[in-house]
Amino acid sequence: MKRLLSVLFCILTLPVFASEHEGGAKKEESFSPGEMILHHIGDSHEWHWFSTDNDHFTSYLPIIAYRPGKGVSVFSSKNLAPKHGEEHGAEYEGLKLEHEHLVSTDGGKVYDFSITKNVASLLLSSVLLLVVFTAVARGYNKNHGRAPRGIQSFFEPIIIFIRDEVAKKSIGPKYERYMPYLLTVFFFIWFNNLLGLMPGAANLTGNIAVTLTLAVLTLIITLASSNKNYWAHIFATPGVPKALLPIMIPVELIGVVVKPFSLMVRLFANITAGHIVILSFISLIFIFKSPAVAPVSLAFGLFINVLELLVAILQAYIFTLLTAMYIGGAVEEHHDADYQMGGGDGAEPAHAHGH
Amino acid sequence: MLLSLLLQAVAEVSNSAGLAVMGAGIGAGLVALGVGLGIGRIGGSAMEAIGRQPEASGRIQTAMLIVAALIEGLGLFAVVVCLLISFKLRG
Repeated sequence: MKRLLSVLFCILTLPVFASEHEGGAKKEESFSPGEMILHHIGDSHEWHWFSTDNDHFTSYLPIIAYRPGKGVSVFSSKNLAPKHGEEHGAEYEGLKLEHEHLVSTDGGKVYDFSITKNVASLLLSSVLLLVVFTAVARGYNKNHGRAPRGIQSFFEPIIIFIRDEVAKKSIGPKYERYMPYLLTVFFFIWFNNLLGLMPGAANLTGNIAVTLTLAVLTLIITLASSNKNYWAHIFATPGVPKALLPIMIPVELIGVVVKPFSLMVRLFANITAGHIVILSFISLIFIFKSPAVAPVSLAFGLFINVLELLVAILQAYIFTLLTAMYIGGAVEEHHDADYQMGGGDGAEPAHAHGH
Repeated sequence: MLLSLLLQAVAEVSNSAGLAVMGAGIGAGLVALGVGLGIGRIGGSAMEAIGRQPEASGRIQTAMLIVAALIEGLGLFAVVVCLLISFKLRG
């Protein structure tokens, strides 16, 4: 166990080294930290592992483009890569890559359905999640009535924690319906946050489209499970004098949309900012052009990298907790405490009022 | 006075992009200030509460982490805005 942990710890230091190769350019071009950082946190049509002085080790992912009138084009992104020694990418079948955007040379509209680095990472992490959790489920089947063993024993405390502290406390008696979604969201975000910290990995949860999708799913589930009480609270907030309602109603309506929006931006910003900080510390070495900066830079980078491990699980937990709270707000039953000013603090769950 | 000196120095360059990036930098610094103050207060209250009732430290810690993450989220909103400004103006 100790050996495994020490190996894991050594692997964690690797991202601190991986981007050093980017600085070894063939020609003497000035180092642009902004460009390097944006390239590392952004999406890409190829999966670039690392470069040496003469070679680029890249996995070329398929480009799938639809152009109205020209149909679907599917080919490897190797065709669009810059030829040896050239600056810009090549052109193939009338398409070329400009700053990772697929454009048509004749200026027409291109719908890009390519398997990009983020999509490939998403598929890989989905496979990982499926493998892990089918193993956990099989464990429950095999060890029915007995103590958990193996991988099941690692995930059980976490699953119980989500069930008891997050779902039951926030949603109340109807929590079981939402457990699959809450567990999926938690482990998806956690696994992808962790995978993004590995060397050579894709920054999936730092992609605002991915977090947007998760936030939209939360919004859809909240609205789909909302009851009359929820809308009553929005359009006729209890305890509010009638004269203030014209202000309160737009505010509450905006609130319905802003809450998932904040979920989206919180996850995106936390993960992307973490990656930017780590990359910035490494770029310091290249900005100062001196190896003397390296020990300080790597020490800080390592510290931030380990902090990001905490951020990974914390952000997954926060997303899940807030989702559970929004769902809880939507399915909450009416309690008379709402109409009492100064009486009933609503601290007890709804079912305690005898409904 | 310092501010007007600073503004004069930057304005003489007649490069409004420089002013904007400086603004983004100052903005990010202000955000860091705000977040530091906010989370510091939460941490302080949590420490006091744990000191008064050590048995409740688990619950207090959980609540503290949640509020800290919410404040941090807001701070990162603003940091993302500042980063966007500076990256837009570089390219």
